[in-house]
Amino acid sequence: MDVLRFSVNGEMVDVAGLHPTTTLLQYLREHRHLTGTKEGCAEGDCGACTVVVSDLVDGEPRWRAVNACILFLPTLHGREVLTVEGLASPSRPLHPIQQAFVDYHASQCGFCTPGFVMALAGQQLDRTHAEHLMPEDVLAGNLCRCTGYRPILEAAAAAGPVEARPATVGPAGHEMLDFRGGGGRFRAPRSSDELAACLAETPGATLLAGGTDVGLWVTKGLQDLDDIIWTGACDDLRQIAVTETDLRIGAAVRLYDAHPILGEERPELGELIRRFACVQIRQTGTVVGNVMNASPIGDGSPAFLALDASLVLRRGDERRTVPLSEFFLAYRKTALQPGEFAEGLVVPRPVDGEVFKAMKLSKRFDQDISAVMGAFRLVLRDGVVAQARLAFGGLAAIPKRALASEQALSGRPLTAATVESACDALGRDFQPIDDVRASAAYRSEAAQNMLRRLFHEVTRPGLAARVHDLEVAA
Amino acid sequence: MTRIAAAHAAIPHDSAQLHVTGRARYVDDLPEPQGCLHAAVGQSKRAHARIVRMDLSRVAAAPGVVAVLTGADIPGSNQIGPVLLDEPALAQHTVEYAGQAMFAVAATSYQAARKAVLLADIAYEDLPAAIHLEDALQQDLDLLPPHRMGRGEPDAAIARAPHVLTGRFRHGGQDHFYLEGQIALAVPTDDGGFDIHSSTQHPTEVQHVVARCVGVLDAQVRVECRRMGGGFGGKETQANQIAAIAAVLAQKTGRAVKFRLDRDVDMTLTGKRHDFLIDYQVGFDDEGRIQGILFDQAARGGCSADLTGAIADRAMFHADNAYYFPHVLIRSRRMKTHTVSNTAFRGFGGPQGMIGIEEVIDEIARHLGRDPLDVRKANFYGPAPRNLTPYHMEVEDFVLPEMLAELEESSDYRARRDAIARWNEDSPILKRGLALTPVKFGISFTTSHLNQAGALIQLYTDGSVLLNHGGTEMGQGLYVKVQQVVAEELQIPTSQIRITAADTSKVPNTSATAASSGTDMNGMAAQAAARVLKERLIAFAAGKYGLPPHRIVFQDGQVLLGERPISLRELAKEAWMARVQLSATGFYATPKIHYDREKASGRPFFYFAYGAACCEAVIDTLTGENRILRADILHDVGRSLNPAIDLGQIEGAFVQGMGWLTTEELWWTKEGQLGSHAPSTYKIPCASDLPKDFRVRIWESGRNREPSVHRSKAVGEPPFMLAIAAFQAIKDAVAAAAPGRGSPRLDAPATPERVLFAVKELRSRRAQPVELPTAAE
Repeated sequence: MDVLRFSVNGEMVDVAGLHPTTTLLQYLREHRHLTGTKEGCAEGDCGACTVVVSDLVDGEPRWRAVNACILFLPTLHGREVLTVEGLASPSRPLHPIQQAFVDYHASQCGFCTPGFVMALAGQQLDRTHAEHLMPEDVLAGNLCRCTGYRPILEAAAAAGPVEARPATVGPAGHEMLDFRGGGGRFRAPRSSDELAACLAETPGATLLAGGTDVGLWVTKGLQDLDDIIWTGACDDLRQIAVTETDLRIGAAVRLYDAHPILGEERPELGELIRRFACVQIRQTGTVVGNVMNASPIGDGSPAFLALDASLVLRRGDERRTVPLSEFFLAYRKTALQPGEFAEGLVVPRPVDGEVFKAMKLSKRFDQDISAVMGAFRLVLRDGVVAQARLAFGGLAAIPKRALASEQALSGRPLTAATVESACDALGRDFQPIDDVRASAAYRSEAAQNMLRRLFHEVTRPGLAARVHDLEVAA
Repeated sequence: MTRIAAAHAAIPHDSAQLHVTGRARYVDDLPEPQGCLHAAVGQSKRAHARIVRMDLSRVAAAPGVVAVLTGADIPGSNQIGPVLLDEPALAQHTVEYAGQAMFAVAATSYQAARKAVLLADIAYEDLPAAIHLEDALQQDLDLLPPHRMGRGEPDAAIARAPHVLTGRFRHGGQDHFYLEGQIALAVPTDDGGFDIHSSTQHPTEVQHVVARCVGVLDAQVRVECRRMGGGFGGKETQANQIAAIAAVLAQKTGRAVKFRLDRDVDMTLTGKRHDFLIDYQVGFDDEGRIQGILFDQAARGGCSADLTGAIADRAMFHADNAYYFPHVLIRSRRMKTHTVSNTAFRGFGGPQGMIGIEEVIDEIARHLGRDPLDVRKANFYGPAPRNLTPYHMEVEDFVLPEMLAELEESSDYRARRDAIARWNEDSPILKRGLALTPVKFGISFTTSHLNQAGALIQLYTDGSVLLNHGGTEMGQGLYVKVQQVVAEELQIPTSQIRITAADTSKVPNTSATAASSGTDMNGMAAQAAARVLKERLIAFAAGKYGLPPHRIVFQDGQVLLGERPISLRELAKEAWMARVQLSATGFYATPKIHYDREKASGRPFFYFAYGAACCEAVIDTLTGENRILRADILHDVGRSLNPAIDLGQIEGAFVQGMGWLTTEELWWTKEGQLGSHAPSTYKIPCASDLPKDFRVRIWESGRNREPSVHRSKAVGEPPFMLAIAAFQAIKDAVAAAAPGRGSPRLDAPATPERVLFAVKELRSRRAQPVELPTAAE
């Protein structure tokens, strides 16, 4: 197959001859001359390139605001793209969101403005759990350097709801997408079985999930990725199965879609996901992809390590379950074998007496990468720590459990003295480094203080202990 | 009949509808000329090194590459510096910062160009490098001669003073992070010249630098800029290099060349705000009133002069902020480092100087156990002799006492101070802090000859008007404000006046749109042009209709000939038939200003702009995380030309200033690589960083006592420094973490790390009694 077919602002387009790592942003600007969508960073961090794309779910479009700058074009096959140019209509030259931006003086230089408008449009069109997000959450992934955001937030609050937008594109054929163009190949298997077969055929292919990291290999690393297999079309990997004991999160489940389920079960995990990058990234990035890329500063891994999660890995028809605590071996090195892929992540459900806390430290509170990320799961029985799993990101070359510190807590009553001994033990668990996000000294100090905060929060519920939980008036 | 009230109207930005629909065109959005090539540069991997070998054969052979350019190939001069010729467009022989451009390519696509530059084979021989400001000070690496400014006998005054404090404060630099990266499109013309589309605050300088590099006359280069996607000073000089490289490549290939920096290249190649190290010694009385003060300011200039001289001067001009110093000496050193050349950034040294004295005042207050607000007031400028600045200019328009009283009351400062103290007693982990700080900012380029502007107005025979002036639009709303001034003058709706791009072929020899002066100067020039045109039409109509000139009145979209109204269209047509010229130029040179830099004495500023902010912060003593909970702002824009636009400037500047002092941190490796070179590692404020309770007001009583355009005041830079209140509030919260242990040591930016370590250091001190005022009984 050498043609991609999708719709742009309601018009069907066929694309041929382009390399599969051509981004949606490049395509819109250079090939469609739709220059309203801007490049501000080419790494999914500024939101100037925000567009809205659809999935067809049971015949209904499911709209997602995404970063066009790191989205590979073949992932749009059979989908719909809405850009700032397509928002208004002949009968309505300004969409209500656009009108509100004019009325509230919400643009200055205007370069970021289309991205803001589209992030809000994505929220309005999305009928899932977007209504639970505050405007500043919806816009966490959009940077504006001029306005200071006040008029933007007011415009966002004032823009009236918009009518649903019907789908203009049908399902994309019955065959698996196997696109070739510009010397590259892109396959989109539709099930775990097809994915296993693709990978068996070409074990060296690049496995692509949400692409929020792989995209940067191309836009920043200037790598040539000529053989890509995408998990995003595998319907059976886009499910979350809830059993008595576990949540089983499929490998293609997006962070945004997992957010309500994980957040309902453990509010601290929900808050962590809310702070995970931004809506645009969560609408493409997957829970499992964040674990599989094995970054030492990913947000998900410490949390899932603390929760004793396991990965289900598959090669051909063979499957094995690997506890996450045995998965990360060295910097960006994992127990994944050649030709093997993750089908999903198994997360145990809460038990009685469980305390789960996730603490993320970053220079900026929202949409930042953590300097230190701590996740803690205790099971308390009569004031005694029956189980302790403490995991950290940002302190080592891999996301890692604090085994010595866990030992200092386990089987002991949860007292200040116990916590201090656990803090001391952290020095045996980790020797962090200096980098752009923080010094080694800060990382060590803050990690210990996270345990102290854990203690305060467990023993003195109701104490104001986090700056962002605070009401404004003193 | 009523008048059209265009001046002072809160109308939207002229491009608002284009912004929200994505139809506003920036340089990268212009249709590309046929055969347009794309440029990229190869960047140094070393901070300071001799270039031993630079083999570009693989670069030249890379797919799509059409031309390769080195410094030696530049036909004119390989110099892009705006003041001194000390900065090459492309490094030759040595490199002086990691990220410096060493060669350029033009290729058939943006991607091909970016990939090709990675193929260079370069050998370096490392030379000693000064990466940090302290390195440069230790090695006495001065980029420019030191400078001093002062009055009286500060040493003696300090020696006599009842209290003396010495200290050191440092603050970081700042990346502009305009959302639109640097870009230029150079199109060769058939006569050997160039049309340049540049995202620049200074088209004239781009014109000069392009002409110099390519080796043609200024008249052969036309530079145009309709709008920038943000500037903030970052496109005052930094656009020169981008346009020069594009133009030389265009000359070499005979094809149009577009040079757009991706974000990482933009952040590693182009200049940033100067970080400073400030040492002080201050003597004061029991009330905290300063008797004598010494400031030693050291600025990181980076590897070349750029605008560092003027920026460091402005830091000295603002070392007083709002306070009278009976005896003062300010010494300034401009240090050379092997890092990217530092450049203009909103405030232009003003914030750097001002935060120094605000820190000193805060230290005095904590030393005396007084409320910092009281110490601020005690040191305010006042009637003579307390009205003399360190540069011998008299402060004639000091409105801060009035403004501060208003803000102190509206922000409920005293009651909240008490409430916060009580709250802190019951909160072991979180601590709150409060601060109220003033701003006084001098308006005018301190290089006096730059204070000039020109405008061109063309009236067509249908009554429509085309407006052009030397100012550039970077989002600040300059174009709509100048349009309002002309609409007011000609009494026509703004919709009848077409705004056009800054263009060196229309209004020549312009100054940068900088120093907050855009509206003050271009507004006056456009007003002058409109008046020339109007007077010409009045003279014509008076003659034709036999009326005295004062009976010809432009009003409400019409021209009254005595009692009889006719449209501007009719009048224009009649004037044209009578062979009356319908275009006019206007010019403005700011009056009153003069400055003798040798003596550090004169009146460098036409007037001052004022403001004040009250901020409440909360910190987490376990992690150093912090947040501004509430900000109350009162700012003086004179009589606002456009309150909607001005409010946007105030809020935006404050939040940008907050970023400078909290989350934005430039971080270099010890080898001199910039680690914070993209939004993933460099954190400007995002929507949730806005104070939850944000109360911003334009000061209603504001009037400019000088005859500025409609008595408005400049607004671009002054409100940036309102954010010092946010920093001081965080410091106040740190102090609350360990009462009775003295004043915290907190440098900027107040990242979680700095806040946590400031708390830790403070708590590690032995408890010490606060020095009480002397009247013990």
